[in-house]
Amino acid sequence: MSLWLFYAFGAVAVIGALGMVLNVRNAVASALCLVATMVALGGVHVLLEAYFVGALQVLVYAGAIVVLFVFVVMLLNLRRDGFPPARARLGRVTAAAVVGAALAGLVGLALTLPETAVPGATAALPEGFGGYRRVGAALFTDYLLAFEATSLLLLSAMVGAVVLAKRRGGDA
Amino acid sequence: MTVVVLKTLFILFVVLGAFLPLITWIERKQSALMQDRVGANRADILGITVLGLLHPAADVLKLLAKEDVVPKGASRALHLLAPALSLVPAITVLAVLPFGSTYRFGDFELSLVVADIDWGILFVFAMGALSTYGAIVAGWASNNNWSLLGSMRASSQMISYAVTMGLAAVGLFMVYGSLQLPEMAAYQDDTFRVLGFVERFGWVPALPAWLDWVRLPAWGVFLQPVGFVLFLTCILAENKRPPFDAPEGESELVAGYHLEYSGMRFGLFYTAEFLEVPVIGMLVTTLFLGGWSIPYLSQEAFIGGVAPVLGVGFATGLCLLVHVAAFFAKTLAMVWLLMALRWTLPRFRYDQVMDLCWKTILPLSLLNIAVTAVVLLWLEAP
Repeated sequence: MSLWLFYAFGAVAVIGALGMVLNVRNAVASALCLVATMVALGGVHVLLEAYFVGALQVLVYAGAIVVLFVFVVMLLNLRRDGFPPARARLGRVTAAAVVGAALAGLVGLALTLPETAVPGATAALPEGFGGYRRVGAALFTDYLLAFEATSLLLLSAMVGAVVLAKRRGGDA
Repeated sequence: MTVVVLKTLFILFVVLGAFLPLITWIERKQSALMQDRVGANRADILGITVLGLLHPAADVLKLLAKEDVVPKGASRALHLLAPALSLVPAITVLAVLPFGSTYRFGDFELSLVVADIDWGILFVFAMGALSTYGAIVAGWASNNNWSLLGSMRASSQMISYAVTMGLAAVGLFMVYGSLQLPEMAAYQDDTFRVLGFVERFGWVPALPAWLDWVRLPAWGVFLQPVGFVLFLTCILAENKRPPFDAPEGESELVAGYHLEYSGMRFGLFYTAEFLEVPVIGMLVTTLFLGGWSIPYLSQEAFIGGVAPVLGVGFATGLCLLVHVAAFFAKTLAMVWLLMALRWTLPRFRYDQVMDLCWKTILPLSLLNIAVTAVVLLWLEAP
């Protein structure tokens, strides 16, 4: 049952991702494909018993971040001819090839490695794994520094956005 | 498996089969009552009008018979998809709302919630966030400037209030110590001493015994009154009904994001909006009004009191029926309140909607979280 669900979610995620990249004519449709991918990834997280992360995946990425993408895309009302002409084709192709090769290598490695090579892969899940209590406790004890650093990063981005918006408003 | 299917069918029957048709009737009749009119009373079958109860059926027949127009220049697939995107999340939320407690019949345990998940309230918020896409996609796919303006307003309003809605409820999560909706409802099946906190000060050794009787049900609305008002405001704004109907704004935007919809596809937007009213009623009941609980009569007390007369099995069954009835009675009371608000307040201007969210509700809900945290630590300190 859960294997078939995984295939279903995986298929939606892959199709959504392809739709996002290939759908160059229509930026909003492209963003909506990204939503489908995010929701499907949330489903995959739940199948992995990472319930809290799955919920946040849908709530934060599909529900908030991509809504903002769509909002901005609609606000700018981008057309195909609105983009600057593509430059440096060689550089982009090289970058795509490098990333593609790295991804293929990782997938190949994951398929060939025995299950025991990953520490804890075969161990039973601890009680309450993936629940909000476990995640919260880990976040505010073991990973407190990373958590606070992330919030500082977000704060600085927010302050930067406000400063930029203010400056634009002053010129007008 | 059968039990889950039965529970699903029951909740779908009650909400989609009973609440949904009734709500359009309630809207017409309650507004008529508030405005000193007669209200809907014309739809009839052979001269029988049954208090206007036939109007919902007439509405649906009319909408189904109308032509379904997709405007030229619209993005056809997305235009057809949008009504479903706004309706589906509202129905999905029903899966996690508990409409009764857990009951034990011998070896068989019956928990009256379709999906008892650990993070139930987050599921509700996630679905609420996803319902934004219905309005966005509708406005964008219609290729109409009014529609696009409406969906801009809808998306910014819904994202803003989704943030504050979550924050307004955090104080409640801290009090209940849970994100699981059945647990939250069960917490409220109790009472608390209104003056119990005085003992913490240490001025008096213990309160006189008669003050023990000054008790309130441990409902969210009494434990988190500020959170209740903030949450209710936010969820009203998420619903996009007046006074928060700037996305529709028919005096400025003609009909906002669903301007280019006709027939039953237009009806689906309205269905979603109307369906959200009882769903909101059920959610607020679960979070703040004790859910299925009866004030001053806990489940053990009820079953313990009735069991000597009827036997444990029948007592449990009776308790189940009373709890389900109490839950839907509270939901109906919330629906009445939402309708009264909708017909009392005029529409906020769009900038007022945003100011209310970011400059009033956000600071107040953050303050509520801080105060709740301090009080909880103080009460629980040794």
